[in-house]
Amino acid sequence: MQSAQTTFENLRKDFPILQRIVRDNKTLVYLDNASTTQKPNQVIDAITDYYRNHNANIHRAVYALAEEATELYESTRDKIANFIHIPNREEIIFVRGTTEAINLVAYAWGRNHIQKDDIIVTTEYEHHSNIVPWQLLTQEKGAKLVYIGMDDNGELILDDLDKYLATGKVKLVTFSLMSNVLGTITDAEKIISKCKEHGVLTLVDGAQAVPHMPVNIEKLGCDFFAFSGHKMLGPTGIGVLWVRKSVLETMNPFHGGGDMIREVHKYETTWNDLPYKFEAGTPNIADVIGLGTAIDYLTKLGMENVREHEIELTTYAIEKLSQVKGLTIYGTKDISKRGGVISFNFSDVHPHDVAQIIDEEGIAVRSGHHCAQVLMERLNVAATSRASFYIYNTKEEVDSLITALTKVARIFKL
Amino acid sequence: MSGNADIYHEMIIDYSRNPINFGKIENPDVTFHDSNPLCGDSIDIDMKITDDKVSDIKFHGKGCAICMACSSVLTEITKGKGIDEVRNITKHDVLSELGLEHLQAVRIKCALLSLKVLKSALYSYLGTHMKDSQDVDKLKEEAANLY
Repeated sequence: MQSAQTTFENLRKDFPILQRIVRDNKTLVYLDNASTTQKPNQVIDAITDYYRNHNANIHRAVYALAEEATELYESTRDKIANFIHIPNREEIIFVRGTTEAINLVAYAWGRNHIQKDDIIVTTEYEHHSNIVPWQLLTQEKGAKLVYIGMDDNGELILDDLDKYLATGKVKLVTFSLMSNVLGTITDAEKIISKCKEHGVLTLVDGAQAVPHMPVNIEKLGCDFFAFSGHKMLGPTGIGVLWVRKSVLETMNPFHGGGDMIREVHKYETTWNDLPYKFEAGTPNIADVIGLGTAIDYLTKLGMENVREHEIELTTYAIEKLSQVKGLTIYGTKDISKRGGVISFNFSDVHPHDVAQIIDEEGIAVRSGHHCAQVLMERLNVAATSRASFYIYNTKEEVDSLITALTKVARIFKL
Repeated sequence: MSGNADIYHEMIIDYSRNPINFGKIENPDVTFHDSNPLCGDSIDIDMKITDDKVSDIKFHGKGCAICMACSSVLTEITKGKGIDEVRNITKHDVLSELGLEHLQAVRIKCALLSLKVLKSALYSYLGTHMKDSQDVDKLKEEAANLY
C-alpha cells in the first residue's frame, strides 16, 4: 500500500495547470487555495463528459438523456450527504456558492423570523459574505448585528457570546468554521452547544473548512451549513446550503420559477417538495456533476489525510516564515487550531508590492483585505499577504516562497 | 519584455519610504477621501486654496509603494499650480514622472487613486464655489469621464 506521502506527491500529475510556466520562464507555485483551488483532470473530464454525452435538462423529460442527466445530478446530492454526514438528502440545496447560500438564509429564513430589536451575532473574523447579508437584513428589520470579538491570538472571545445570549434577544449566531485570513478553526461545538441551551439557531460557514478537514454535520449540530465547490477541486458557480429539515420547513422560497412548484394557478402556487422548493429554474447541472467528481477525488484521498498533509506543510511553512527577519505572521501558532492559511506582513512593505515581486518568480499569493475588512480593522492593518495550501502543494514550494521573499527584502532594502 | 518587478526602481522605493507632502493640513479649504475597494488602499488629500491656486496640499493614508510614490509625485506637481492647471493634470503626467507608463492593468488603480482623490477634491471645491449651473454640469461631465 502506498503511504499518504507518496499519494500526495503523485497527485500533482492530475492537475495540468501545475505544469504551467508563468512570467519569465518560472514554474507556477500556486498558493492561493483559500481563494480557489485548481481542478484535477477528473473534474474537468466529468464536466466535458456531461456536455459531450449526457446534456439534457433534469427532472422533467422522460427520454434517456434526461434520465442520465438527472441521475448524475442527483448522485452528487448523495455524495455530499455521505461526505459531510447529512442524514436527509432532501436538506441539501444547490446554490452558486457560500455567498448565495448565506443570502438565501438571510432572505428566505431571516425575513419571516427576524423582527425589530432581535439580535444576530456574527464574529470579527468573518468574510464579507457572512456580514453584509446580515447588515441588510438587520437594517431592514430594525434588528441589531453584533460581533463576537477576537483575541490577539486570532481566536474568538466566547465570553462575548455569553453576554449576547443572556439578553434573550439573539435569534441567530453565524460564524465560519475556519477563518479565510487567519486559518483559525472555530470551536464550533462549544458555540453551538451554548446556542442550543438558549434555543438559538446557528449558521456555519464551511467554505474554508469543508475542503481541508473532516466535517460531520450530524455531530456539529448546527441548523444551517454552507460551502462552495470551487474551493475543494470543484468548478466555480456551485455550492451547497444545508438546512435542518425542521427549520427548512419554516422557510419561504428564495426564487420563484420552474421546478420549485407543485401547482401553479393564476393567482396562487403550491410549492414542490424539499429541496426543490429552493432550486428554482434550470440549475447548474454540469458543475453539480463536477462537484460530485471533486468529492469522489477527496473521498478517495481521505479527509483525515488531507488535514494531515496540510498540518505538515503549514507547520513547515510557519517554521520557515518565522525565520524571515521582519516578517509578522497573524493568528495562532497552535497548529491544532489552524488550517493551511497563513497571513503575513513583511516589514513595512505593502502586501501588493510583496505579491507583485514574488509573482515575478511564479509564486501566486493573495494580497489585500481578503474580503474581511472588519478583521483588517481589528488587526489594525490595511491588508496582508496570504499563502494558502492544498493537497498538491509541497515543501519545495514553501522554499520557493521563502527564496522569493529575499528578493522583496533586497528591493526594499530591508 | 522586462519584468513587472522592474517598476520597483530606486525612485519608487524612496518616495514610498519617505513620502513628500505626507500629513494633514489644519483647517483645509477642501478635503477628500477615497479608497480602492479591491485592495483597501486608502488616501485622503487636504488642500488650501488661495487666489485660485493650490497654496498647500498634503495627503495621508495607507497604500502600496506605487500608490505612495504616485501620491507624492502628484502633490509635488499640484502644489502652487492654478486651479485650471490642476484640472488639466492627466494620468500620463503622474505615470511618466515615475516611468510607470506601462503599468499592468491590475496595478493602475494603485497608481491613480490619489489622482482620483485630487480631482474629486477639486471638483467638490469648485462645485461649492461655482455660481453658474452650466459650469457645474460641465464639471460633473468632466469628472465622470476621468476613468
